[in-house]
Amino acid sequence: MTGVAAEPGPAAVLVGDRPAAPRARATLARAGWLVASLLVVCALWEAYKLVGPADGGSVLGARLLPRSDDASMPHVWQVLERFGRPESAAGDSSSVLVAVLEAVWFTFRVAMAGLLLGVLVGIGLGVLMDRFTVAERGLLPYVVLSQTVPLVALAPLVVGWGGRLQIGDVTWRPWMSVAVIAGYLAFFPVAVGTLRGLRSPAAHSVELMRSFNASWRQSLLRLKLPASVPYLVPALRLAAASAVVGAIVAEISTGIRGGIGRLVIEYSREATSDPAKVWTAFTGAALLGLVVAGLVSLLDGALARYRPAGGQA
Amino acid sequence: MRRRSRTRTTLRALSVGAVLALLATACGGDSDSGETGTAGDASTKVKLQLQWVTQAQFAGYFAALDQGYFADEGLDVEILEGGVDIVPQTVLAQGQADFAVAWVPKALASREQGAGITDVAQVFQRSGTLQVSFKDKNITSPADLRGKKVGNWGFGNEYELFAAMTEAGLDPAKDVTLVQQQFDMQALLKGDIDAAQAMDYNEFAQVLEAKNPATGQLYQPSDFNVLNWNEVGTSMLQDAVWANTERLESDPAYQETTVKFLTAAMKGWIYCRDNAAACRDIVVAKGSKLGASHQLWQMNSVNQLIWPSASKIGLIDETAWNRTVEIARKTRNAEGATVLTQAPEGLAYTNDYIQRALDKLTAAGVDVTGKSYEPETVTLKEGGA
Repeated sequence: MTGVAAEPGPAAVLVGDRPAAPRARATLARAGWLVASLLVVCALWEAYKLVGPADGGSVLGARLLPRSDDASMPHVWQVLERFGRPESAAGDSSSVLVAVLEAVWFTFRVAMAGLLLGVLVGIGLGVLMDRFTVAERGLLPYVVLSQTVPLVALAPLVVGWGGRLQIGDVTWRPWMSVAVIAGYLAFFPVAVGTLRGLRSPAAHSVELMRSFNASWRQSLLRLKLPASVPYLVPALRLAAASAVVGAIVAEISTGIRGGIGRLVIEYSREATSDPAKVWTAFTGAALLGLVVAGLVSLLDGALARYRPAGGQA
Repeated sequence: MRRRSRTRTTLRALSVGAVLALLATACGGDSDSGETGTAGDASTKVKLQLQWVTQAQFAGYFAALDQGYFADEGLDVEILEGGVDIVPQTVLAQGQADFAVAWVPKALASREQGAGITDVAQVFQRSGTLQVSFKDKNITSPADLRGKKVGNWGFGNEYELFAAMTEAGLDPAKDVTLVQQQFDMQALLKGDIDAAQAMDYNEFAQVLEAKNPATGQLYQPSDFNVLNWNEVGTSMLQDAVWANTERLESDPAYQETTVKFLTAAMKGWIYCRDNAAACRDIVVAKGSKLGASHQLWQMNSVNQLIWPSASKIGLIDETAWNRTVEIARKTRNAEGATVLTQAPEGLAYTNDYIQRALDKLTAAGVDVTGKSYEPETVTLKEGGA
């Protein structure tokens, strides 16, 4: 036991709060970088339109370079301008911007519901597999296997099952199927990350807890969970991205109404005559990804104190 | 102590995240709207699965809902939209819907794989699939496809084209260059495809809504040659109402529901024949995002697949059925596969229920043949607006 104090700690080390002013400046700088990177993307897009071959480039019949004409790649400002115009000529039609934002908000909520579900299931499975070796041996292969099932095969099944569900007074709504599919993709990194995190404390730390006669629950809460934070944060990042992708793909696959995935289908049907319109939906989907990534980095910031600083306990 | 506070903060951070997520989803629960009808308690609940999202292709069913025809028959109908991976006949066979709209060859293929479904009404009596090419390609018959880049969507949408090519003495694998087509028509306009597959009620309209860069005007029908499979003679039956075979054979209540459902649905289609613009508005109100002139074109085009109805709306014509089955059994696609390996067994189609529905409608003085039907002239606007 003599070595314990001198060894690296089981978990991370507190990193003190940074003072407020530099932090605000850092946030501002980050926002600046974000805007700058968006501008760079737009500039690259326009640059390709300038120099790229209007008819694309083919090598031995296989198209390598995309066409750069306005029908295939509308100008950035054409897309922006399309946002401002109404969705259709019908009198009460809202602008494309409103339609896209509403769809993004819908998919965002569904993806968050899926993420929450995935995180709960993932952490639950992780804890279970950590506690019982039998569970790990029995479950882990299936956890891995679950991610090899193609989403396009799974989505109609989930929607089909959901259509028959009635839990008490709660009728199953189509968006719940999408959330389940999003959760199905999201739980995997969380389960694996949790398991690795819970296993991360050094053997002597676990032994220390044991020597204190700590219960399983105590050592989980005091030692293992805090130690798993550095594993959970990247897992959450992956899970959030998966939940967004899962929600959008599930919407496209099953045609569930209200979200950005459905809007992509709807607008792509007009791509022949109104090419800028479908790009507004793509932009919306990208925006959704950015928002979710931003939220996860906020969470990352909130948990920054658990990041290992390579120091001593 | 440090460890303890750390734990607490972890839990706090996690719970803040959880609460935020819960809040976000709690707001999500109430705002989406279902498609359920508003009939009384005594009504029979019926689910209809469509092949695709709301558009005028399904106008008759939406009109029957909107005009209260389903409610008049004591049915509370919920219309389920399709998606990219939703197979209506599978949804029907698995019992998640009571009726489904599906193309005959695709439904027969599912039937051969064990789906217990029966065609109870052949709504579209003509095929809406075209092969569209620019005038200067000079493709006026299937034989002219020789040496051309021929687009097709695959996934069972290609058999009319392949049957026509085979009949014209072409080997689809050697004599033409097959191109897998996307669901927009850019490839035709850009010349990647010489002759592109198009539904008259959708993709062909999209082409006519696009600007011709050479003239600055919209493309005109006169700019194109169109191969129409109904004229070539290789057309296959498309949109039909399918019912669950087992329930049809054993459940008298379901038989009655089928008659009622068909009565109301055909009434909806008849309403759309006589009120194309009103039906367009119903479909738009149901949330279709396609433009107004595009929807009206679609409504008008779909009407022409039904009206005038040589027999009566919904009746399955044995000749057309047999031709569909024949092509499905004999024609090989690019992979050498046929739709069916043998003739359909069991109750693949029946006119019993549609006949009873038609009798009811005829007795009520409704015109079920539309002999005097004249299509409208729809002017498409740019982008279908």
